[in-house]
Formats: sequence, C-alpha cells, structure tokens
Amino acid sequence: MKRAAPVLIVLALALLPLLGMEPRVYLTLTVAGLAMGMLIFLVASGLTLIFGLMDVLNFAHGALFSWGAYAGFGAVLLLDRRAGWIESPSVALNALALLAAVAAAALVALVLGVALERVIVRPVYGQHMFQILITLGASIVLEELIRIVWGPNDQVMPVPISFQGSWDLLDVIVLRVPVVAIGLGLAVYVGLQLLLHRTRVGLIVRAGVESGEMVQVMGHNIYRYFTAVFALGSALAAVGGLMWAIFRQSVSPGMGGEQLIFAFIVVIIGGLGSVTGSLIGALMVGLSYNYVAFLLPKAALGVNMALMVLVLLVRPTGLFGASR
Amino acid sequence: MVEFVLEVEELHTYIGQHHILQGVTLRARRDAVTVLLGRNGAGKTTTMRSIIGLLHPARGAIRFEGAPIDRLAPYEIARLGVGFVPEGQGIFATLTVDENLRVAMHREDAPSRERLRRMLVLFPDLERFRHARAGTLSGGQKQMLAIARAFVNPQRLLLIDEPSKGLAPIVVEHLIGALRAVKHETTVVLVEQNFAMAEALADDFYLVDDGRTVHEGPMAALAGDAALKKKYLGI
Repeated sequence: MKRAAPVLIVLALALLPLLGMEPRVYLTLTVAGLAMGMLIFLVASGLTLIFGLMDVLNFAHGALFSWGAYAGFGAVLLLDRRAGWIESPSVALNALALLAAVAAAALVALVLGVALERVIVRPVYGQHMFQILITLGASIVLEELIRIVWGPNDQVMPVPISFQGSWDLLDVIVLRVPVVAIGLGLAVYVGLQLLLHRTRVGLIVRAGVESGEMVQVMGHNIYRYFTAVFALGSALAAVGGLMWAIFRQSVSPGMGGEQLIFAFIVVIIGGLGSVTGSLIGALMVGLSYNYVAFLLPKAALGVNMALMVLVLLVRPTGLFGASR
Repeated sequence: MVEFVLEVEELHTYIGQHHILQGVTLRARRDAVTVLLGRNGAGKTTTMRSIIGLLHPARGAIRFEGAPIDRLAPYEIARLGVGFVPEGQGIFATLTVDENLRVAMHREDAPSRERLRRMLVLFPDLERFRHARAGTLSGGQKQMLAIARAFVNPQRLLLIDEPSKGLAPIVVEHLIGALRAVKHETTVVLVEQNFAMAEALADDFYLVDDGRTVHEGPMAALAGDAALKKKYLGI
C-alpha cells in the first residue's frame, strides 16, 4: 500500500488538468508528457544507479547524452546516404535504421563510459568535490569535441519516414515518435528490473547500493561492478539522447546539459538508487511540464522545481529512496 | 601446516590523522576461538578492519596461513577464505533473507547451496522468514543472519566484531549457543565486550589498550585474574 502511493499520486496528477482543457488537447499533451518522461527516465535511471551504487555525482552524464545523439545522428546520415534506408518507404528498413542508430549510440557510450570510469572517476571515489570538478571538466571536453567534429550549430536530425507523422485515432492525433519513445522507455524499465532482480549481477549491484563495503568483504570485486554500471548508465543516457534528437528532430552540442537538470530533479524526486523511483519521478516531471507549458508556459520549469521541493518536504529521501 | 592461521605483528594503523593502532600483536591458533578484549576505543574494531583489508596499516605485518595479506584488497582477502561479520551486522536491509545469504556466496554453486541449507536448519528463524526483507528481522535474528551468511562459504578464518552489541541478555544466551554450534568448523577471532560471552566461547585472549596489545594468554588464566580484569576492563 505504501509503495502504491506514488503511483496513485502520478495518476491523480495526470488526471487533474482535465478540469481545465478539452479532452483531445489533454490526450495529445499526455502522450507528449509520457514520451518526455520516458526519455528523461533513460537518462535518470543511469544517473540514479551510478549515484546509488558508486556514490558518484556524474556531471558528465549530459555529455554522454549528447554523444549518443550525435553517434545516432552519424549512423542515420550514413545509412541515408549510402543505403537510402531513411527515405525508403519500407517499414522494416526504417526500423532497421532506427535500431542501427540505437546500437551506434549505445556502443559509443559503452566504450566512452568504461574509459571515463577507469581514467577519470576511479581516482576520486569517495571525494564528492573532486568528482563534481572532474566530471564537469570531462563534460566540457566531450562537448567541445562534438563542436570540433560536427560544428557548433544545431543540425536537422533525419527521421525515418515510417516514424514521421501521426496516427489519427478517433479524431485524436497521436504522433508516432512519442509512441516509439514510450515503448522504448517501458522496454528499458522492464529490462533493468529483470537485470536487477533476476540475475546474480543484479543482486550484487542491489547489495552494493546498500553497502559497497559489505559486498567487498563477501569476496566481490566491486570495482568491476562499478565499471559495468557506469558503462550501462552511459549507454542508457546515450539512447535517451538519440531518442530526444529524433523527438525534437534536431541535434546540438549543448543538448545534454539542459536534460541533465531534469534528470537530477527526477533522481532526487524518485530517491537515489531507485530505478522505479526514477520512472515515477520522470513521468511526473514529463507530464507536469507539458500540462503547465500549455496552460502557463512561463511556469513550466518552475513547476518541476516546486514538485521536487514538495516531495523533499514530505519524504526527504525521495519517493522510493531507502533511508541510509 | 602453520600452527597459527592468523598472525598480526606490531600493527600501526591511522584513520585520517589519528594514530589508532600503535602496535597490536595477535596470533590465532588453528580451530581455536581467540577473543580480543579491551575498553571502548582501544582499537579492537580498527584491528579487525585492518585484517580484512578495509583499512590499510601503515606499518606491521598481517599473515594468513603464513602469507602476507596486508597489501590485498578486501575481496581478495575474502576469497582466501576469511569471513567478516562487522559490528552492527552489516546486513542488507532491503534484500530478503535468502538474497542476503546468496549474495554472500563467493560463487553460487552446489556446495554453497548445501551449506546454505545447513544454516537454515541450524537457524529455523531464518528458514521461517526466508523471503522477508532482512530489515524487518529482530536484532537477534539479524545477528543470526550475519553469522549464517559467513558460513555459506568455506571459511578458514572468521572475524566477528561484537556480535552481542545491543542484544537482550536472553538473545545473547541464544547467540552463544549458536556460535558454539559452528565454532568447531573454523578458526575464529572474536571482539567482545560482554565478558560472560567471551568466557563462554574463547580459548585464548588478547588484551588491547590504547592501540597496543598489553596482555595475552589462555582465557582461563584471565578469568581468574581479578586485578588484570579490573585494570583493563573495569570489571
């Protein structure tokens, strides 16, 4: 019952705007909000695992988001020019192009994540001040590298034809990209839950979130798990970045920094270290942002901050956070 | 075979700027229970944490089965067959009892599962609450879990830090019974403030005061030495 409360709050919050708008507008905003929430969830889930297990404040997470977007962007451009998969009317080729872009984003981020953890983060475990400085530094370097390779300006992200446009369901216009984003977010959530709760690696990671010291004295080399979780979190951020680029149909070098703010809000709302918490928190942020942006555009980001403050006042450890 | 499973010599350990251990010496005989006694703040827990590798000593030697281990990481020391039950049990509160026992296994194989089954027979409460969150257990049950967890691996040395702390006297009685049932299986180094418990279990004692070993001998000798007990333990 206690664990169901946050879910009920999200539902109530999601239904509240119905009082002030037409049902059709409401449905469109809800789909957009859920999609935005799922994309933030991809970023926040990695951030929360990295913070929960390794106690690392990773400010380079936003740069990995941008790198994922550009890696996917590169893959899509290549497939478009060489194979014409993007313009092809074949749904299968379009889907394949999307999968290839996701794979490229994840792969680049996995390699980058392992390198960052080994070289940048490992020397500063347990020292928050240094972590903030060095990961912030790394994120600036990574962002500048994007500018060197791709240029400083926004670019148009080509979207495979089958995923452009919308479906018309009973007079309600449902955009296709948000639906894909929602599906992907749910798949990642289910996959993470299975990994954490059905495998031995997941068991050791969950134990490590509570006490890394005890996991070590039980004979597990926690640094190997640190590297794996950091790389996985980086890959999730990268896939989130790619989906965001497709959602917005553009890429820009600084795109990750903006998203990092949302991700941190979500991690705090959901509770440090909790994947379910970041899903609920991300949906709350995504939905409230979209509703408020429609009703009262200037208050959109402020509402998210207010949401965070409210949650922290009621539950200082976040919705699903373990007190420790 | 080496007569002493664990040898600690002239150990000096710092925590930050504080020179906590200033010459702790200790030897644990094979298959015996060696108890580390001393006042609060004498350096008992620091000694245990130095042995398992969570703290790195500045000087001195730690040998396990004759080989130096003071430069190894905690997980490497654990894999040699050294179990550690920390002060305050260190159980994973959000994990179930079963998950706590499984995460403790170095490898989740048939012999480990067989040892787990034996522990559930030995501690029926753990069997009963096997799928409950470990955080919901009572203090005594948590301590049973912490000890059972150490025995799912083939241990050659078990370090137990103040198992009786915060437990009701009746629970301590039960705990003494449980430790008696398992102590013949391995070599044990025990830190204990509860003198009755130390007396009931230990074969040898080491007295630590202000970060130094000041006395050692068979437990029976200390039990009869009222002056020594009063001087260092205040009892």
